[in-house]
Amino acid sequence: MSGTASATITGDRDVRADFPILGERTSRGKRLVYLDSAATSQKPAVVIDAIDRYYREYNANIHRGVYEIAARATDAFEDARAKVARFLNAGESAEIIWTRNATEAINLVAWSWGGANLRSGDVILVSELEHHSNLVPWQLLAERTGARLRFIPVDDRGELQLDTLDALLEGCALVAVAHVSNTLGTILPVAEIVARAHAVGAVVLVDGAQAAPHMAVDVRALDADFYVLSAHKMLGPTGIGILYGKRTLLEAMPPFLSGGDMIRSVSYERSTFNDLPWKFEAGTSNIADAIAFGSAIDYLEAYGMENVRAHERALLAYAFERLATLEARGLALYGPHDPDRSSGVISMNFADIHAHDLASILDTEGICIRAGHHCTMPLMGRLDLAATARASFYLYNDRGDVDALVTGLEKAAAIFRLS
Amino acid sequence: MDDFYRDFILDHYRNPRNFGHLAEPDAVAEDRNPLCGDEMRVEIAVDDAGKVSDIRFSGKGCAISQASASMLIESAKGKSLESILALGEESVLENVGIDISPTRMKCAMLGLGVLKSAALAGLAKAEPG
Repeated sequence: MSGTASATITGDRDVRADFPILGERTSRGKRLVYLDSAATSQKPAVVIDAIDRYYREYNANIHRGVYEIAARATDAFEDARAKVARFLNAGESAEIIWTRNATEAINLVAWSWGGANLRSGDVILVSELEHHSNLVPWQLLAERTGARLRFIPVDDRGELQLDTLDALLEGCALVAVAHVSNTLGTILPVAEIVARAHAVGAVVLVDGAQAAPHMAVDVRALDADFYVLSAHKMLGPTGIGILYGKRTLLEAMPPFLSGGDMIRSVSYERSTFNDLPWKFEAGTSNIADAIAFGSAIDYLEAYGMENVRAHERALLAYAFERLATLEARGLALYGPHDPDRSSGVISMNFADIHAHDLASILDTEGICIRAGHHCTMPLMGRLDLAATARASFYLYNDRGDVDALVTGLEKAAAIFRLS
Repeated sequence: MDDFYRDFILDHYRNPRNFGHLAEPDAVAEDRNPLCGDEMRVEIAVDDAGKVSDIRFSGKGCAISQASASMLIESAKGKSLESILALGEESVLENVGIDISPTRMKCAMLGLGVLKSAALAGLAKAEPG
């Protein structure tokens, strides 16, 4: 399987060729310069083909049928789970739960683990730079249980300030923290936070939605209790995500959603529940997209996660170098501004050009960036920003994309008559 | 879309007319576009004939929302509250004089919505009882 992917990966040009959409032109005839992978990644042909093949060749429900294509579908579905377990270095496949996305995985933990374990007065500790998906579920959980929210502060560069962490951890039952900031690209010191949280007996959920696509993740080395991700940000389809949890925690947790597939036996009065991981997978799963996510992992492993990180690091360094030429004209960059401390995200504003105007002008050049608050409204308030323009990179981007971005920014400067 | 950013648009963006606050507004309305964080507030003073005697707007946002609002607000002075309520999207697009892409229509129409809300508040206040 990985052979088909690795055969085509010989350099940047060939990587682009693996992604059919990158060969498309915009309505203005421009080359597509896709710099919004932090929102969602593009998909290689092997992933698109995996979805197609499932529906054309062996579409059948899983864990039920005795016939050949049902067995084939079940095998492919569980094989994809095993690939995810290996990719994250989980202890076993049973610790990998399929969800719709990282958001649903966080909600699963909030309802199931949170409902069973949090007491009034307990502290939930999150950071100031969390995506709404790793904040709002905890706000609602706090309302339901009487728990209190506390925040790990960030400095103006978007770096977490850990000097008060031990005080913040007092009375803390749960820490929920991003591995990489989706707004600023900051790589957070997750292993250190986990160790210090465990020292006071707190459980730690790591939101890996922005990290797992871009670097090698080892959940056991991190010692994370829960780790969540979304397939669509890492070459996979939308509508499929992962909750990793330590077996001991998952086994003690009550079901989240209930219905078919998650039960062992059902009478009119009561039910007993299935083993891990199926206890948390009620109803027919998103079979096609889970299998296709397995193909995405094959592709990433063939490329090598160290190579993904190295490629993006080099691209980020090149981008910082090129963008520095625009700083005199009012380009402001947010975040660590350091390729070693940052994943492939650059958040910026350009003089008095609003981020949305910047995105509109870049769009005319075929350049796709995100403008707005990036689902981190509290962080934007903390940094006193209304909006930023965010360019984000992945393994299919190249120096030509960075050059196009710089040319697009120069065009915006000309249109807005910046000196 | 890059055709949009012509000199008079940039002029209204950087030098919005009637920007600020009224000492004693008769009606006030505000709104925000949650997707992009644009905010806008409109304050109006109404004379005995039910017409806008003075008007201010404030807020922050992109060139499209700010320039569209600035031009619209400028043209609202002297208009009756009823005629403001009857304004349609074309009143904004005529000022701007160029097509706006569907993804940016919300920005262009932010000022219109807030202006009409302010007019509605002004009418409600004028009605006896």
